[in-house]
Amino acid sequence: MITVESLTKKYGGFTAVDDVSFTAASGRVTGFLGPNGAGKSTSMRIIVGLTPATSGHATVCGRRYAELPNPGLEVGVLLDASAQHAGRTGREILTVAARTMGLPARRVDEMLDRVSLTPDEAARRVRDYSLGMRQRLGIATALLGDPEVLILDEPANGLDPAGIRWMRDLLRDYADQGATVLLSSHLLHEIEVVADDLVVIGNGRIVAQGTKAELLAAAGTLVRSPELPALATALTDAGLAVTATGSGGASAALRVDAEPDVVGRVALAAGVPLTELRAADGAGLEEMFLELTAETQRETVTEGAAA
Amino acid sequence: MTATDLSPTTAATAVRRPARPAPAPIPFARIVGVELRKSFDTRAGFWLLASVVITATLATGATMLWAPDSALTYEGFASAIGFPMAVILPMVAVLSVTSEWSQRTGLTTFTLVPNRARSIAAKAVVVIGISVASMALAMVIGAIGTVLGSAALGIDPVWDSSAQDLALIVLAQVLGMLVGFMLGVVIRSSAAAIVAYFVYSFVLTAISEALAAFQEWFADARPWIDFNYAQGSLFEGSLTGTQWAQLGVTGVVWLVLPMAFGLWRLMRSEIK
Repeated sequence: MITVESLTKKYGGFTAVDDVSFTAASGRVTGFLGPNGAGKSTSMRIIVGLTPATSGHATVCGRRYAELPNPGLEVGVLLDASAQHAGRTGREILTVAARTMGLPARRVDEMLDRVSLTPDEAARRVRDYSLGMRQRLGIATALLGDPEVLILDEPANGLDPAGIRWMRDLLRDYADQGATVLLSSHLLHEIEVVADDLVVIGNGRIVAQGTKAELLAAAGTLVRSPELPALATALTDAGLAVTATGSGGASAALRVDAEPDVVGRVALAAGVPLTELRAADGAGLEEMFLELTAETQRETVTEGAAA
Repeated sequence: MTATDLSPTTAATAVRRPARPAPAPIPFARIVGVELRKSFDTRAGFWLLASVVITATLATGATMLWAPDSALTYEGFASAIGFPMAVILPMVAVLSVTSEWSQRTGLTTFTLVPNRARSIAAKAVVVIGISVASMALAMVIGAIGTVLGSAALGIDPVWDSSAQDLALIVLAQVLGMLVGFMLGVVIRSSAAAIVAYFVYSFVLTAISEALAAFQEWFADARPWIDFNYAQGSLFEGSLTGTQWAQLGVTGVVWLVLPMAFGLWRLMRSEIK
């Protein structure tokens, strides 16, 4: 269980994290989603006490992180897989962590096995590791103390598709056993397939949060027509909220905050032909993500939901 | 990433992990043990410490080969060994702190031990332990050199250093190492802290020397201002009360205060 209350972090005049509050519940995977520079990593560093907050506070397992007597046994943390001494071997890095936590040496072998690092790979120095191997090592460090909370910043970075699948299954299993899993990503799809709850952050502020089901339901209906302006007018006249999506031309579409059958009836009544009508589900969430975080996006959105 | 992915389990699970007793706090001795291990477990760290032994042996050999016969006394060997140590040991101290930032291992170190003061204190204990152990080793190597050197010349070995002399030299080395540690804490960057150490111990000394040569008032006040100069008394075998006071005053100004400032900042800094 992680509780974050009104967390704010300012660097001079710049507000990196702005009044962020959320809860990550046990037994669930909470996805922390936002574009690069949205404040995800800063929030996570504040939660584990590496960055002092300007105001607000965070608790893990009911206590401030700094008050945990032996944090490695309660909270597994992976903030940056590259933040390791390049001259240590993978096994040595795990051994140092295991000793700090007071764990027996066999835990190191168990974790190496769990993250599929071979004894040969474990004996290599980390400077010779690929990013994917570093992520595996970082996950092994986080899991070492069999913690009940996992805090992982962009854990899928650098993993190949099989590795991403492996990571997802691992986190799912871990949460299913009752643990709290908080993981961040700037890729919606990555989070969407594993998270139960979502916290979407942009420009340091939370722009949406809830269960994935709620956020999907809120996404409404996606509709395409050769006569979009007429359809938009008809829908608006019917009192429905309409948002234009896509870039125009063939990909132009409308997202409507209503069920598909309602939209279909309006179109029928207005005599507008439809080329596509469906629940906006996943695509809608992506649309929402892009919209909600649009002002913080570095690239202007051209191809709608291209990922 | 693709549509073929497993669909997630959306049902909220009622599984609860069995409540576990709160873990015991990490004992300080364990943190010291881990920090000691960390100073040996990289190639750089290992060879830096190995170089203490290597240079001590080389200095002993060089003294036997090239020093005039009159210098083949225990003190002669001790001072030959002392110089490389005075350079290497502070580097060990600097790196023990700065590598947490330069190599970014602090991200792990300070999440596993969130009370940074404990980690830093453990490092200080390790650093002091290493300097005392290195000096003990240097004395043994120096003693072997004295015995071998005098045997080669067919003279009696000259033991011209008392236990007090040696204790004061160890204190000087510990102070030098703490200066390196302090600079590591204040600067937190390996390269910059190492440069700062050389400026601190050699450039400042040269400036102080030059100033003392031309300004009489500074020459008089120097023992109260120049920490390196005040430490020089430690190599003379005994200190007067005034010299201890000078060492104390300069030590507070040049070592204790900057260390306190560095620690204060380190506790509040952001670890990235």
